[in-house]
Amino acid sequence: MNKLSLKDILIDEKAYVLKIDTNSDIKRRLLDIGLSRNTVVVPLFNSLSGGIRAYKIRNSIIALRDSDAANILVRRTL
Amino acid sequence: MKKIKIGLAGNPNVGKSTIFNYLTNSNQHTGNWAGKTVENKVGIMKNRGDTYMIYDLPGTYSLLPHSEEEKVARDFLVFEEYDFNVVVCDASSLLRNLNLVLQLKEINKDLVLCLNLIDEAKKKNVVVDREKLEEMLGITVIECCAHDKSSLKNLKNELIKHGNNLKNKSSNQVAIVYPEVIEKAINSLSFRLLNYNIPVNNRWLALNILRGDEVIIDKVNAMIGKNIIDDEIIKILDDFKFCLLQEDILINEIDDIIVDAINDRANYIYEHVVRVGKASFKEKYLDRIFTSKVLGIPIMLLFLGLIFLLTIKISNYPSEWLFSLFAKLEEILKGCLVDLRVPKIISDMLINGVYKVTTWVISVMLPPMMIFFPLFTLLEEFGYLPRIAFNLDGVFRRCSSCGKQSLTMAMGFGCNCVGITGARIIDSKRERLIAILTNCFIPCNGKFPTIIAIITMFFVGLNTSFKSLILSTGILLLIVLLGVFMTFLISKVLSKTLLAGYPSSFVLELTPYRRPRIVKTFITSIFDRTLFVLFRAITVAIPAGFIIWLLANIDIGGVSILNNLVNFFDPFGRLFGVDGVIIVAFILGFPANEIIMPIILMCYLNTGTLVEYNSLIELKTLLIDNGWTIMTAISVIILFIMHYPCSTACLTIKKETDSWWYTFLACLIPTICGLLICFVINMFGTLL
Repeated sequence: MNKLSLKDILIDEKAYVLKIDTNSDIKRRLLDIGLSRNTVVVPLFNSLSGGIRAYKIRNSIIALRDSDAANILVRRTL
Repeated sequence: MKKIKIGLAGNPNVGKSTIFNYLTNSNQHTGNWAGKTVENKVGIMKNRGDTYMIYDLPGTYSLLPHSEEEKVARDFLVFEEYDFNVVVCDASSLLRNLNLVLQLKEINKDLVLCLNLIDEAKKKNVVVDREKLEEMLGITVIECCAHDKSSLKNLKNELIKHGNNLKNKSSNQVAIVYPEVIEKAINSLSFRLLNYNIPVNNRWLALNILRGDEVIIDKVNAMIGKNIIDDEIIKILDDFKFCLLQEDILINEIDDIIVDAINDRANYIYEHVVRVGKASFKEKYLDRIFTSKVLGIPIMLLFLGLIFLLTIKISNYPSEWLFSLFAKLEEILKGCLVDLRVPKIISDMLINGVYKVTTWVISVMLPPMMIFFPLFTLLEEFGYLPRIAFNLDGVFRRCSSCGKQSLTMAMGFGCNCVGITGARIIDSKRERLIAILTNCFIPCNGKFPTIIAIITMFFVGLNTSFKSLILSTGILLLIVLLGVFMTFLISKVLSKTLLAGYPSSFVLELTPYRRPRIVKTFITSIFDRTLFVLFRAITVAIPAGFIIWLLANIDIGGVSILNNLVNFFDPFGRLFGVDGVIIVAFILGFPANEIIMPIILMCYLNTGTLVEYNSLIELKTLLIDNGWTIMTAISVIILFIMHYPCSTACLTIKKETDSWWYTFLACLIPTICGLLICFVINMFGTLL
C-alpha cells in the first residue's frame, strides 16, 4: 500500500483521513480540532513564508505545518 | 445530614477551576500552566446541612494516561470511592472532550456532564443540542458559562438536585463498542472476572487486561489481595493473541484500535449533537489578500504601523491633560499637608517622592495603553491576528519556535506584560518560554517616546521638514528591526541551548472574520488589560518613588546618595559609552521605562525630584553640556531596546512561568546583549 499523506494532496483537492501516524501528543492536538478518521480535509492555501498550509476541516480553517501534515495518512476517496 | 463525594474531571483549560472555586468558595488560583500541581484539591460545598466534598482533579484528556497529572486523575476516577463525577466540557470543542466523557462512562460510575463555555461556543457559531446529547449519552447534561454567576448558580442547584436523588450506579448501556475480536475477549474476560469481587467495572478492567496494563492489574491485585490473572484468564489472553494474529493485528496496535473506537463513537455523537454555522464565503477572498505573497507583508506592516502611529500621536493629548490634572491636585495636596502641620521633610517625601513618581507613571502609561490595547483587540476580534501567525510561521519555524510568537511580539509593542501573558496561546511549554524570555526585545510603548526624542535630537535635527520626518521614521524602523532581529537570534540560541528541542506540532485555527464590536471592545480591553497592567505598575511605582526621593535627598559627606551612586557607576558606564547618571537612571527606572529620561534630568539638574523637559532644544543643550555625543545617544538607544524588562513585566513573567529562575533569565539575557553590543560599539568608536 502506498502511503499518501495530507502533504501530498493538492490545493482544493478533497481527502479523507485514514490514520494519524504519530505520537499521542500531536495526535491529541489534531483530534482537538476534529481531525479523526474519515474526516474530510481540503487544502486551501499556502503560507508566504512556507512550511505551513491552511486546510478546511469541519467548517473551520486550520493551519498545519507540513511536517505534521506528513504524518496524517489520507486517501482520495472514501 | 448527607456526605456526598464528587469528582470534578475535565480536559485542561475548560474552566474547571473557575467552577471549582465558585462551588467551594475557595479562592485558589485558576492557572493554565501545565504541570503546576499534581495533586487533588478538595473543596467543601455546604447545602442545608449536607456536605459535598468536591475533588478537583488535574486536567485530563484520556484515561489512558500519558502524564503524571493524568495518572493521578485516572487513579482517582477508577479506584477511589465517590458518589458521582462531574465532567466539565468545553462546548466549542466538544469532539475532543467527548473522548474523555465516553471513557468516564466506560468506568460506569454515576456521571454528570457540565457543558461549559456556552457563550464562547456561541461566538464561534457552535450550537450544541443539549437534550440530544443527554439522550445519546444517557446522563444529565447541564449548560453553564463560567463567567456568568447565574449560570453557575444553576449548576450548583442542579448538582444538589442530582446529589439528593442518586440513582443506582450501574447501567447496562455500553459506552463504546470495539471491533469484534476485542469485544469477544472482553466478554469472556469480564465473565471470568465475576468470580472475583472487584470494586472496579469488569468490562473496563477486562479491556485494560487486554491492553496489558500492568499498573492497573497490580493495583487491582493489591486491592483484593489476590492475583486475578489466573490460568483461565491466561488462556483467554492466549486465544485473544491468536485471534489478533489471524486478523493481522500487532499486539502493540491494540491501543490505537481502542482510541479509534472511542473516536468513532465520539464522532458519531458529535455529528448528531453539534451544529456548526457555515463559514461565509467572503473569508476566502479576504484570506487570499491577507496571506498573498505580494500583499501579505505590506498589509501587516500597514495595520501594525497604523496602530503604533495612532497610539503615539493621540496619547500625547490625554497624557498632557493628566499631567496638568495631577499638577493641580499636587497643589491642593500640598496645601492640605501644610494645614495638617505635617513636617516639611515628610510632606516633601510624600509629594516630591511618592506622589510625583506614581502620578508620572500613570500619566505616561495610561493613555498609550488605553489607545493601543483596544485597537489591537479590534484587530484580534476582526480575526486578522492568526493570519499574521500564519504568514510568519516559516521564519519562526527556522528558529525552532512557534508562529504564534509573532502575535506575542506584536502585543509586546503595546506592552510587554500583555505580550508575556499572551504567550498562553502557545501550546508547547518550551516555545511559550522562548516567547516569554524574548518578549522584551520588542520595544514597548513606554520606550518609543524617549527613543524618538533621542533620534530627533541627535540624528535628524530639530527642524520639522518632511525630509527629517522620513529620516526619523526610517531610523526608528531600523531600531525596531534590531529588536526583532534580536528576538529571532535569541529564540534560535535558546532553542539550541537552554530550551533545546524540536519545533513541536503546531495547530493554528484561522478563525472566521467577524465585524468587531467597537464599544464593547474598548470597554473590556480597558478593564481586562489596561487597568490590570496599570494597577501592577502603581504597586511598584509607590515604593520606587519613595526610594528615589530618599536617594536624591539624603546626603552622605555633603553629597546625596544618588550622586554617590552616579560617581560609583561612572567608570562602569564609561565602558559602555554612557555615564554614571544613565546607568543609575536605568536602575531606578525599573518601575517604568518612561521615567528613565526624567531621572537622567533629575540627576543632571540636581533637583531631587523628577523633571520634564519643556523643549527638545533645551534638552539637547542640557545633554550636550553633560557630555553626550552621538556615541552616547547610540548607546542609550541600544540600552533602551535591550535591558531588563520593567518591574511590571517582571512580575508578569514570574506569574506566568511560576519560576524566579526564568524571571531572572528574562532580565539577564537582554541586559547582557545590550551591554555587550554597547561595549563593542564603544570600542570601535574610540579606536576610530
